[in-house]
Amino acid sequence: MLDRMKCLGLLRERITKEIVVATYSTATDWLAIADRPLNYFSFGAMGLASSHGLGLAIAHPDHRVLVFDGDGSLLMNLGTLVTATAVAPTNFVHVVWHNGTYEANGGHPLPSTSVRFAELARAAGYRKALQISDMSAFETSLDAILSEDGPLFVELIVEQGQLGPRSYADMYSAERREAFRQAVKLEAGASRHAGSLQ
Amino acid sequence: MVRDPTADVLHGTSVIDAVKAADISRILAVPDLHTSAGLLARIADDPTLQLIRVCKEDETIGISAGLSYGSIRSICLFQYTGFLFAMNAIRAVAVEQSMPICMMIGLLGKEPGVAPIESSRFGVRIIEPILDQLGIEHHLIESDTDVGAIQPAIEAAYRNHRPTALLIGRRPI
Repeated sequence: MLDRMKCLGLLRERITKEIVVATYSTATDWLAIADRPLNYFSFGAMGLASSHGLGLAIAHPDHRVLVFDGDGSLLMNLGTLVTATAVAPTNFVHVVWHNGTYEANGGHPLPSTSVRFAELARAAGYRKALQISDMSAFETSLDAILSEDGPLFVELIVEQGQLGPRSYADMYSAERREAFRQAVKLEAGASRHAGSLQ
Repeated sequence: MVRDPTADVLHGTSVIDAVKAADISRILAVPDLHTSAGLLARIADDPTLQLIRVCKEDETIGISAGLSYGSIRSICLFQYTGFLFAMNAIRAVAVEQSMPICMMIGLLGKEPGVAPIESSRFGVRIIEPILDQLGIEHHLIESDTDVGAIQPAIEAAYRNHRPTALLIGRRPI
């Protein structure tokens, strides 16, 4: 099994201008190590992280969009797998952190702990769907996660993280949303400028 | 007395023209019998609009929010039952996070000429009171004479970062 914080740490070392859409427990862990303007947090409507990410991927084709979804969250919006593959943005990467529990809600188990999310994604039509459960495979797959054309799906089998109340108040803030809006606007301007110089 | 010929008909093309005038480029939709032939089918055939078909109505709220961060305007098109299904997403994303979510809601079964609140259908009767409780501005689009409300409502939603609801009260033709 993978350690989520170690995986996030490796991703943090590699990520530059990618938009990261994170939700619940993974979001608080990600924010703790990577507080950056291009983070977008999905809260209040569990299951919708991938839908937010899909909209962002369509709106920002020059950015890679990494969605850090939860297993319980994805189960609340399984149709998103079909919608995402119908739209099929090449910059869309759907990462599901599979620990078998509703970690943000007290650690209760999923209705079934034998769900194979990568197989569901493959059947829905993702261009590529990986299931990764050990660190060396994760490290080997990082290049693909960060550069291959999507839509990609990555199921990471992780240990349950820290239980207990986590604070989402800061993530909800209007200031953070505005900072994100300005950051993507700035990046879009930079991309246009780079294009005009070519 | 001369009866206004536009008072008892709603053309899907009129709705589409109004939506385009508000710079909407994406339609996020779950099929609804009420708007199926007169509106959704026409949208699907319109090369200047991009239709994104989704599986459940709450997906439209997330996608629309994401699109808005790239200045792409969209409409979420679904039936009132889908509005009820997507309630938590609407509450959290559209209302509490102040996002410009523009919903076009088909009031399937609403009797033409009857106010939604007075419909014999329970599901239709409760829509406007729910929108009022959520603080979401709403407009009844029942005939071509109401279509003029569409563009200003969408413009206001994007200008003020708040949701709006356009209630399709009659089956468009």
